[in-house]
Amino acid sequence: MSTRLRSPVGENDYVRGPDDAPVTLVEYGDYECPHCARAFPIIEEVSARLGDQLRFVYRDFPLREAHPRAEPAAEAAAWAGEGGKFWEMHDTLFERRADGPAWLDDDRLLEYASELGLDASGLESALEDERYLAGVRASFIGGVRSGVNGTPTFFINGIRYDGSWETAPLLRALEEAAASR
Amino acid sequence: MSVNSDPNGTSRSHSESGGGQAGGHTERLLQPGTVAPDFTLHSTPDQTVTLSEFRGQPVILAFYPADWSPVCGDQMALYNEILPEFRKLGAELLGISVDGSWCHAAFREARNLQFPLLSDFEPKGEVCRKFGAYRDEDGIAERALFVIDAKGTIAWSYCSPVGVNPGADGILEALEGLHEPAGGEQGQ
Repeated sequence: MSTRLRSPVGENDYVRGPDDAPVTLVEYGDYECPHCARAFPIIEEVSARLGDQLRFVYRDFPLREAHPRAEPAAEAAAWAGEGGKFWEMHDTLFERRADGPAWLDDDRLLEYASELGLDASGLESALEDERYLAGVRASFIGGVRSGVNGTPTFFINGIRYDGSWETAPLLRALEEAAASR
Repeated sequence: MSVNSDPNGTSRSHSESGGGQAGGHTERLLQPGTVAPDFTLHSTPDQTVTLSEFRGQPVILAFYPADWSPVCGDQMALYNEILPEFRKLGAELLGISVDGSWCHAAFREARNLQFPLLSDFEPKGEVCRKFGAYRDEDGIAERALFVIDAKGTIAWSYCSPVGVNPGADGILEALEGLHEPAGGEQGQ
């Protein structure tokens, strides 16, 4: 229903690209969602094509009942963010889906942490203590407030984008938003 | 897993609305200010739920076309996740479709749904019709939402195009609106 992003991009967000970019693309995603996995390389491509024109923000929208590993995965990314490696973990969580169905199991998350040069035991205790859970839940509820009803949901400069997110139409929508600035 | 899982965005199109408004047939629904018609429906093969039993607390009625169809699953799965927020606002959520109670039981179990699904099964669609939320053209419920206040009056209603998951932001806003005017805290 709501077509506007009600929680503006702020300091708690994971942001890639310049703050003064003419276009901000916000994605509400879920690391276990196959459609988000399919969107991942598309976002990579439009990011490469737009360069400094684009600021990309990723927010968590894990559907726990349908995707029981989405929430721990989101916590792992937030934990990696503390070590300055949010995007590296984010990319890994989508890319390693290719490894098979258990790619978000706890031991795999710890493995990714080590691969990124982080101390996996830190992640283990963060997951156990659910240290990043509140932040993930806050992102989810923020999404609900903005009318997010599934994943992925995109907002371009604060307006929900309901069009096709194949590379060409998404790129066109982003370029149009940049031009109208 | 989601309405916008189709990258072509067709499932988000509002072609159903016809009249050019963003929603579905919202104008056909019972409108805010109307007393909600009471009903008793099966929630399981041997249990029933009566709307008036919830007097004293707000109720969300979520009419939906069918168990198992992908968008419905998502809408109900989403509401399942948001249930703690609804309950924080004192509200109960009831899903309603024309599916039978055995079908609902299987659907609830498969999706681990933590709220009742009511069967408007016999006479088919009678409660849906009372709320203006029946689709004569295909014999199923509209994707229609109602927020009913603690006194049993409809505070908000919304009809989404049948293929579009309406999300929950409208429900949350309506529930919060109930707490604003005088009247104090609802029971619960």
